[in-house]
Amino acid sequence: MEIELRGITKRFGEVVANSDVNLTIRPGEVLGLLGENGAGKSTLMNVLSGLYEPTEGTILIDGKPTIFQGPGEAIEAGIGMVHQHFMLVPVFTVAENVILGVEPTGRADFLDLETARQQVREINETYGLEVDPDELVENLPVGIQQRVEIIKVLFRSADVLIFDEPTAVLTPQEVTDFFQIVTALRDAGKALVFITHKLQEILEISDRIAVLRAGKIVGEGDPKQLTEAELAEMMVGRPVSFDVVKQPFAPGETLLDVSHLTVLRENDEIAVEDISLKVRKGEIVGIAGVQGNGQSALVQALTGLTRIAAGTIELMGTDITHLSARQRHKMGMAHIPEDRHRSGMIANFTVAENMVLDTYYDDRFSKGLTMRWKQVNEISAQNVSDFDVRTTSVFEMAGHLSGGNQQKMVVAREMAREITLLIAAQPTRGLDVGSIEYIHSRIIDARDSGDGVLIISSELDEILSLSDRILVMFKGRVVAEFGEGGKPAEKNAIGLAMAGATQ
Amino acid sequence: MSNTPATPTPSPSPSASEKLLQRAAPDRVEFEDLVIVPIFAVIVALVLGALTMLATNVSLPTIGLSYIALIQGSVGSLNALSETLTAAAPLILAGLGIALGFRAGLFNIGAEGQLLIGGMASVIVGFSLPDLPMIIHLPLALLAGALAGGLYAAIAGWLRAATGAHEVISTIMLNLIAFRLVDYLLRLPIIQKTGRADPISKSVLDSAELPRLLEWIDPNLRVHAGIILVLAAVFLVHWILFKSTIGFEFRASGENPDAARYAGMRSGLIIVLVMAFAGALAGLAGANQVLGVLDRVTPGFSAGIGFNAIAVALLGRSHPVGVLLAGLLFGALEAGGRQMQVSAGVSIDLIAIIQALIIVFIAAPLLVRKLFPWGFQRTDKSSRSKTP
Ligand SMILES: Nc1ncnc2c1ncn2[C@@H]1O[C@H](COP(=O)(O)OP(=O)(O)OP(=O)(O)O)[C@@H](O)[C@H]1O
Ligand SMILES: [Mg+2]
Repeated sequence: MEIELRGITKRFGEVVANSDVNLTIRPGEVLGLLGENGAGKSTLMNVLSGLYEPTEGTILIDGKPTIFQGPGEAIEAGIGMVHQHFMLVPVFTVAENVILGVEPTGRADFLDLETARQQVREINETYGLEVDPDELVENLPVGIQQRVEIIKVLFRSADVLIFDEPTAVLTPQEVTDFFQIVTALRDAGKALVFITHKLQEILEISDRIAVLRAGKIVGEGDPKQLTEAELAEMMVGRPVSFDVVKQPFAPGETLLDVSHLTVLRENDEIAVEDISLKVRKGEIVGIAGVQGNGQSALVQALTGLTRIAAGTIELMGTDITHLSARQRHKMGMAHIPEDRHRSGMIANFTVAENMVLDTYYDDRFSKGLTMRWKQVNEISAQNVSDFDVRTTSVFEMAGHLSGGNQQKMVVAREMAREITLLIAAQPTRGLDVGSIEYIHSRIIDARDSGDGVLIISSELDEILSLSDRILVMFKGRVVAEFGEGGKPAEKNAIGLAMAGATQ
Repeated sequence: MSNTPATPTPSPSPSASEKLLQRAAPDRVEFEDLVIVPIFAVIVALVLGALTMLATNVSLPTIGLSYIALIQGSVGSLNALSETLTAAAPLILAGLGIALGFRAGLFNIGAEGQLLIGGMASVIVGFSLPDLPMIIHLPLALLAGALAGGLYAAIAGWLRAATGAHEVISTIMLNLIAFRLVDYLLRLPIIQKTGRADPISKSVLDSAELPRLLEWIDPNLRVHAGIILVLAAVFLVHWILFKSTIGFEFRASGENPDAARYAGMRSGLIIVLVMAFAGALAGLAGANQVLGVLDRVTPGFSAGIGFNAIAVALLGRSHPVGVLLAGLLFGALEAGGRQMQVSAGVSIDLIAIIQALIIVFIAAPLLVRKLFPWGFQRTDKSSRSKTP
C-alpha cells in the first residue's frame, strides 16, 4: 500500500505546524523523518493516522483520496501509529491489551480470548517479537511494552506503521532488538515511518530520509550518501557542533556529600545499596548505567522525593537527609526530572505557570499569598526566549508544545534561577541536535561558574562528552569510577561496567 | 565538524518578548464549550421534558402552560426573582466548595453533611447568645457555620492524606453520620425547642438573622443578605483559585499530583486545606439557610442542596463565575418549578428530570455537537487533546 501526502497543511489557530507537505510512503521501505523540535513531525504523523484533520491537502491511498474521521478509520485503512507514550492498560495481559476495542467474539458474543492469544502468538512468530500473551503489561519492561504496542497495530492488520520517537526510552540493547523487528517488518512488505532525533539511528535503519523544518519538507535524501553533520545542518539550517568546549577542570569544595545511602523500593526491594559519592563545585559528575539499575531511586532520594533507608546526604556541609524537597530546592538544588510528562510539567497549565511550578512561592513571583502574575509572565517570556522554547506565547498550554519544547521548558525552569547544584536526569531526552548543543553549553556554563552538576543519562555519549568524572551504576551499586582518581574514561570499559562485568 | 562554542540563541528583541506576552483571543472551541453547549443543553432538556410530559398524558396546552409558569415563577415578577435568588444562594455557596475540590482533584460528595453540620452550629450560636448586637452576633453565627462545616470536611481530607481512604467513600459516610448526629442533637434539651416532642431546634434570635433585603417593598419578599455573602464567596474563590499561591497549589495537585509533589508541594496538607475550604463553603450554605430562610433546624433541612450543588459545580465547569450562573439557573428552575406545580398541576419531579437532563447533556458536549452541528464551527479532535 502506497501513501501519498499531497499539499498537507495543518494549522492550530495562528500556529502553522505543517505547511504544504508532500511526502510519499512506500511499502517495503523505512522512511526516516527528521526535524527540529517543533518542526511538525508528530503533527504530520497525527494527520496521517487520523488523529488530526488536515486544514488543507489530501491523503492518497494507492492513488485514492481519503479523508479520515478519526484514528479508527485510519487503522481500518491499514495505518497504525505507535505513540511515544504507550497507551496500554497496565493491569491487563498482553492479549487483553491487544484486542482492546476489536475484541474477537465467539459463540453467543462471548469474548474469545483463546483466538486472540493464538493470533498474538502468530504475530510473534512472523516478526520475531517474543512476547508472552499472558503476561501482565505492568510487569513488562519498556522495550517489551513497546512491542505490545506494535502487536496491537499489527493485530489490526496495519500495512503502514508509524513510530514517533520509539527509541527515546529504550536501552541500547532494546534499540538493537527494535531495529531487528523493524527490519523484519520491512522485509514483510510493510511501509514504516520512523521519527527520531538520533542521527546515527536514522542513518542506520532508514532507506530514505525526509527532513522537516518549520513545517515544510526541506530535503529528502539517501542515507547512504549523507553524514550526520549534513543531516544536522539540513535540520537546523546552520552547522552544529557536536563537541563541547570546557574550561580546564578545577574542582572546588564539596557541595554534595552522600555517604552509605540505601534506598528501598515500595515493595522493600533494594533499589540503591550503600552508595557514597561526592559532587564538588565546578565539576560535572556523570552517572552512567542501563536504565533500571537504581538511578531513579538515587535521584529521588537526593531530591527529597523518597524516604531513604540508611545513610546521610549533605549539601554544602548541612545535613539534608531529613529535609523536604522544598527545603532542598530553596538551598539551591535544582532537579530536571527524567519523565517530563509524569512529573516535570502540567500539560493543562500555561507555559508561564509551568515556568514557576517550583518557584511560585519566591518573593519574585508572589507577595504573601498573592501571585505576582505580571512578574511571572515577564520572567517566563525571558526564559522562553533564552532557552529557545518554541511557543507563540507564554499563555499557550504546555500540552500544546512539541515534545522537545516541553523538555526545553522544564530545563529552562530549573536552570534559569540561582542554583548551586543541578541534578539532571535525562536532560536532553527528546531534544534535537541543536537544542542538545545549547543545553549542553548551559550545563557547562553552570559548571564553569562554580555550580556542581550531577547528570544521570542513559546516553553514554552524553555522559562522556560532559562529565569530569563518571560513576557507573549496576544493580543499585556504584560498580566503577572513571576519570580523575579512577580509570581513564574510556567508552568500552564504561560499557562493560554498565553491563555488570566485574573488573 | 566545527569547533565553535555553542551560543545559538540570539538575544531576544524586545518585540519578540512582547509577542510572547500577548494572549491569544479566546479559542473558538473554548467559547463553544463554555457558552453554546450549556445553552443547547438547557434547550434540549426542556424539549425532552416536554416529551416526558407528553408521554405521561399531559395535554399540549398544559405543557405550554407549565413552561409559561416556569418562566413566570422564576423571573416573571419581583417575587419570582426574589424566590430564584433565595433558592440559588445555598446552591452557589456549596457549589463553589465542590468546584474548589474538583479543581484540586477531589470529589467531595459530602457537601450535604457539611451543610447540615454548619447549619446546626450556626443555629446553636444563633439562639444561644442573647443581647448581642447584630453586628457581632450575625457574623459569629455565620463563622460558626463555616468553621463547623470546614472542620467536618477536614476529617475526610485528613483520612485521605493520612490513610489514603478515598474521599468519595469517606464523605458519603460522613453524610450519614451528619444526618444521625443532627437528629440526635435536635433532641437534646438545650437545643430542642421547649415544649416540643419532635426534633426541632430553638429559633434563631433576631440579632443573628440574615436581614431581608426587600422587606421595605413587600414583606413577603424573602431574598436576604445571604446573596451578598454569595457574591463575596464568588470573588473569594476566584481569588483563591487564580490569584493566590495556595490556589496555584490546589490546581497543580488537581491536574498532576506527581508534578506537584516534584515541585515540592505538600499534597497531604493541600488535600486537608481544600477539604476544609470546601466544607466551610458548604457550612456557610447551611448557615445561610438557617439564618436567612428557615430560622431553625429540623432533620433534613438540607433538602438535598448539597447534592444538587454537585450538579451546579459540574454545570459551572468548576469556575466560580460558571458556578454562579449555574446556581442561578438551578435556583430559577426550583422557584419556577413550584409555580409550575401550582398553576399547571405538573409534578415538581419534572424539574428534577429537566435538571438531570441538563447535566447529562453538559457532561456530553460531543453529543450536543452532534445534535446541533450547525451551532458549531467544524472542528476536529485535535484541539481537545495532544499526543506529543
Ligand atoms: N494541539 C496543538 N495546539 C496548538 N499548537 C500545537 C498543537 N500541537 C502542535 N502544536 C504546535 O505545532 C508545532 C509542531 O509540533 P509537533 O509536535 O508536530 O513538533 P515535532 O516535530 O513533533 O517536535 P518534537 O521533536 O519536539 O517532538 C509546534 O509549534 C507546536 O507548538
Ligand atoms: Mg514530536
